[in-house]
Amino acid sequence: MKLKTALLVSAVALTPLGAWAADKTVGFSQIGSESGWRAAETTVTKEQATERGINLKFADAQQKQENQIKALRGFIAQGVDAILLAPVVATGWDSVLEEAQDAEIPVILLDRKVDAPDDLYMTAVTSDTVYEGEVAGKWLVDTVAGKDCSVVELQGTTGSSPAIDRKAGFEKAIADASNIKIVRSQTGDFTRAQGKVVMESFLKAEGAENICALYAHNDDMAVGAIQAIKEAGAEPGKDILVVAIDAVPDMHLAIAKGEANATVELTPNMAGPAFDILDAFWADGTLPEKWVQTESKLFTAEDDNQAIYDMKKGLGY
Amino acid sequence: MIGATFRRVLPQLIILCVVLLLNFAVFPGFFHIEFQNGRLFGNLIDVLNRGAPVALLSIGMTLVIATKGIDLSVGAVMAIAGAVAASVVTGGGGWFTALIAALLAGLAAGLWNGVLVAFFRVQPIVATLVLMVAGRGVAQLITEGKIMTFLNEGLIHLGAGTILGIPTPIVIWLAMGTLVTLVVRRTALGMLIEAIGINETASRLAGINSRVLLVTVYLVSGFVAALAGVIVAADIKGADANNAGLWMELDAILAVVIGGNSLLGGRFSIVASLLGALIIQSVNSVILLSGMPPEFNLVIKALIIIVILVIQSPTVKHRLYLLRAKASSTVSDAPDVAPKAQLAKETRS
Repeated sequence: MKLKTALLVSAVALTPLGAWAADKTVGFSQIGSESGWRAAETTVTKEQATERGINLKFADAQQKQENQIKALRGFIAQGVDAILLAPVVATGWDSVLEEAQDAEIPVILLDRKVDAPDDLYMTAVTSDTVYEGEVAGKWLVDTVAGKDCSVVELQGTTGSSPAIDRKAGFEKAIADASNIKIVRSQTGDFTRAQGKVVMESFLKAEGAENICALYAHNDDMAVGAIQAIKEAGAEPGKDILVVAIDAVPDMHLAIAKGEANATVELTPNMAGPAFDILDAFWADGTLPEKWVQTESKLFTAEDDNQAIYDMKKGLGY
Repeated sequence: MIGATFRRVLPQLIILCVVLLLNFAVFPGFFHIEFQNGRLFGNLIDVLNRGAPVALLSIGMTLVIATKGIDLSVGAVMAIAGAVAASVVTGGGGWFTALIAALLAGLAAGLWNGVLVAFFRVQPIVATLVLMVAGRGVAQLITEGKIMTFLNEGLIHLGAGTILGIPTPIVIWLAMGTLVTLVVRRTALGMLIEAIGINETASRLAGINSRVLLVTVYLVSGFVAALAGVIVAADIKGADANNAGLWMELDAILAVVIGGNSLLGGRFSIVASLLGALIIQSVNSVILLSGMPPEFNLVIKALIIIVILVIQSPTVKHRLYLLRAKASSTVSDAPDVAPKAQLAKETRS
């Protein structure tokens, strides 16, 4: 890994590039690698930086805010040209963001927002988690097309903001469809194992034949639940429709096999838009909006999921 | 001996029955078991099946706690074992090699803990905390931070397959529980372990090789944790280093405590701990079947557990004992009542 980074850095140093971003140094403080998505975000950020000839200084905070603050102070001391921050928590950033501002280093938040005055950072590039739920809900409304449908819902970790938002978005999308009802909703903690366990209990409590669709707040729970549906003797994707959010490689594989129906992508490419913003800023001082929403793309069986799987599995998911 | 064991685990049996009836109350189909797709299928089977990881962990944890120790690393060891098994099969190895490799990893973890406790005299809670924190990192290194999926049928069978229609995890924990119980109870081993827990110095002076025994109990704990880890990974066809076994050490300790074993070491009952594990899983089942919003999950679980622990507390136990003593003394005050009742019964039949 170190060798690879060293090679990347030297390659960047040797390549002459015409873009504004060339020869710029950007510090990236990443939360850690608690999920496959997070690892993919790190990989994509590094790729994006290499493509644009940006010298990326990467700091893994191992889920600790104090490490992130230390990393940010380090970046400021080194005089980087910009900072990307994926904040582990929402609060406690004011003073270090002020330090960055005093040093005239633009800070872009990735993936999550912070509770700080918005003049302390340039912009936040995040996905709209409520909208993700809406896209999933809308897909179900369109797919069942007026037929009665009892939905079971696998929620994310109780109280976490993606769980709350993805639930709200989905409910908003199905609010006008009186034919669609959520009959059971329980947390699967965003994990495969819990997704499977909870789906087992749904299947027993409701009966597989009475469940028309499964909505999971993330793909991992859906992948676990698909196994539970198979073990109960039903066909996932046909007897029970499966729709989830994130678009991780294994979900694409499940859709390719016909065991799942749809997934809404939470793109790991948050750095791409962030670098575009920085490019524009460095070119002529253009300031972006305070919030840049990434695309929440819907993937269904109509896409070439096998190809997407092959492409995505190398990203570190 | 069977009679003594039965009397020992009677409170746990009663609690288990009550919690199972609670399940029945929220979901009338709870006791329904059918044979479907070549396997037993039903909520009761789920309780036995889903309780497997904690049941396995509680076997090792009971022995460790009996020596006045504690093993906080079992959850992390599960993650390591799952990661090792997954990496062996994805690397082209067979399921048996993967199982052996995972078990060896578990034994290595147990050896590490045992040596720290027995030879370096590090307090168990500190010694095993090291591996609890570092172990998950080791697992993440093995899986490179992703969920390492596999398609090896043999390995998957250990978690999601069946033996004679019974889900494999049930067979594994029942077999393991029986084996360890027989080994510690049919030999003097159990008593020696209890002796260490009650007074290690005295037991050493009495000629017990306490160091070897201490290392052994941590080895057993590592071994069963590895088994649990393989089951959990096989169940979802993937090693999830971030989440496999997360916080499960706490459930294992809780199972031992619900089993009426003292955290201060000494006398222990593996059967009671296994019942404790089933009680925890039955409580989880109530929550899932009740259809309550997930915000209530932990509150319900906490309430039920508190009630169980209070019923088992020494004060309540003593009160119950006094009540029983009083009741039996009233009976002995009126000796002619019992024969009369007996007579009435006989004439009626």
